[in-house]
Amino acid sequence: MSHKVQENAEKANRWIGIRRGQTRRPLEWLAEKGILVVSFSTILMVLLIFIFVTKEALPIFFGTMNSAANQTILSVEEATKLKPEALREYLNLTQKEFADADAETRALLIEVRAEAAKDQSKDKDAKVNTTEWRYLLKAHQWTGYDKPEYIWQPVGDIHKYNIIPLLLGSLKVSLVALAFALPIALGAALYVSQLARPSTKEWLKPAIELLSGIPSVVLGFFALIVLASALQNIFGYQTRLNAFLAGLSLGLAVIPLVFSIAEDALTTVPASYMQAALALGSSKWQAAWHIILPAALPGVFAAAVLGFGRALGETMIVLMTSSASIMSFSLFDSARPITAAIAAELAEAVFGGHHYRILFMLGALLFSLTFVLNLLADLVISKLRNRLEGKK
Amino acid sequence: MGEAPVTRAPQVKTTELAAETPAIVEITDLSLFYGATKALKNISVTISEKIVTAFIGPSGCGKSTLLRCLNRMNDLIDNVRIEGKCHIAGQDIYGHDIDTIELRKRVGMVFQRSNPFPKSIHENIAYALRLHGTNSKSEMDEIVERSLRQAALWDEVKDRLHTSGLGLSGGQQQRLCIARAIAIQPEILLMDEPASALDPIATAKIEELILELKKDYTIVIVTHNMQQAARVSDYTAFFYMGQLVEFDRTLKIFTNPSQRQTEDYVTGRFG
Repeated sequence: MSHKVQENAEKANRWIGIRRGQTRRPLEWLAEKGILVVSFSTILMVLLIFIFVTKEALPIFFGTMNSAANQTILSVEEATKLKPEALREYLNLTQKEFADADAETRALLIEVRAEAAKDQSKDKDAKVNTTEWRYLLKAHQWTGYDKPEYIWQPVGDIHKYNIIPLLLGSLKVSLVALAFALPIALGAALYVSQLARPSTKEWLKPAIELLSGIPSVVLGFFALIVLASALQNIFGYQTRLNAFLAGLSLGLAVIPLVFSIAEDALTTVPASYMQAALALGSSKWQAAWHIILPAALPGVFAAAVLGFGRALGETMIVLMTSSASIMSFSLFDSARPITAAIAAELAEAVFGGHHYRILFMLGALLFSLTFVLNLLADLVISKLRNRLEGKK
Repeated sequence: MGEAPVTRAPQVKTTELAAETPAIVEITDLSLFYGATKALKNISVTISEKIVTAFIGPSGCGKSTLLRCLNRMNDLIDNVRIEGKCHIAGQDIYGHDIDTIELRKRVGMVFQRSNPFPKSIHENIAYALRLHGTNSKSEMDEIVERSLRQAALWDEVKDRLHTSGLGLSGGQQQRLCIARAIAIQPEILLMDEPASALDPIATAKIEELILELKKDYTIVIVTHNMQQAARVSDYTAFFYMGQLVEFDRTLKIFTNPSQRQTEDYVTGRFG
């Protein structure tokens, strides 16, 4: 009997190790959790950045910003009758500043404000709060113009903040970039992944990817000095720096990105498809075009969307190759994309002022635009993938 | 006809058997090199029309490589060099003026792992037809149906011709590949272990199909499965280490081989 008990105890001993679980590999456990935290922190970062950018733009969204050149002016008597809180707002003071100011200082400020009435502009637009949404999005007939126009002109007495020319600028430049980069990048990807001999592929692939190593400021410099003049000589257009030039130089930055992703997508198409097509008597080119490219479509589409996102977000190249924000659908007029406007103007915008807020609003807009674009692309890609794999 | 081995077999009998149908593929003294490695060593074999010829042998013996010589799929591999001659219907397929694309239209191939295109079932076959200049829709539908029927797949897929070919089971996919290969009516059909990745039921269907197809096509099949070779083929070639050891009627190879090596292999003593 005792012999049996002892045997059972020994058996239990041999199996005891299986109960210790994760405590046995604390380092692995720790590393796994660590990676989890890191990956979550990136999501948190993105969220924080978005919150920060949007927070700065909140007054624009809520309409509490007033950019009218002419402020309301009250006479000294009227102003002194105001309740303290209303007076504080009228004088544009913070709670603390208002509390610190004694009655004398307040009276002085009221007088200074009343004095300003003499210098006020007679322009009817001087009373307009240009940060209101209708001025941001819709055309307005400004003084001196004979029809309603979309104008982005953040300097001068009357700040014109219509964002449509900037949006149009971004779209125009990005679409030109895509139209230029996609055929080249996809063609190169198809060639390198399917048609090229291994020895050619060996040097061609890194050579194209080298393009992504060129700093965008250098690309911009090249576009500004070399490409701009060359293109102007070829096409003979008026404006030297225009959407066409900006798009083309931007395309140079987009090509390696689209190439890389598309090439990966095409290379992962099973070689058996190519073999099957060739065995049926198709040429390599027919197989690549009719079989391999459609099979890699989800990845190729993803490459195009990422390329578009890159084009929308790229700053330095468009900053160097674009100039005035003009509301025009012509590619040969100058254009100012959103990114260029933010980069060029933020430094000279008054901290916390309406120009500053508008630029942050544009930043939030760009962020949301790219986010929605990627989301939609993901939906399309998963749909394409399901169709390829025969799932409904 | 393999030279050395067959000469030892009763001469009269083999010539008699070989004369049943005319020869279509004549391989003479063919050697193939992967770089410096000689993978096929001076192979000579004659394959007759409208019968099934099986290539058997242990892994790495060169049977698949030889099969791929017949439609020049080896051209796709780097560093492959071929010596000797391979004539199909009297034409040297390694001649200078051979268009491999035209050759492959006449010498179809079914691969070891089914490889339908990620397109609909209909489109899988229609693609092959379009390559051959068939563009009329009614003609195409007709050929799609006929090929699927020939491949014994029609009843299973007729209601879902426009769903993806990748949604089919492994055995169905392989039959789709066969349907695709025969849709363009090749002269010769090469099959590289067509059933090795399939379960026994799917395998049986494929074998039935092969027996059915040999009425119209010359079939060369590579197989690891000796029972399969015995069941479906009329002639069998046994390869070992890149050499053709014996080539004869299947019945003879499996019952009374003239080479000791062949006997050892088919009885399961090695391989």
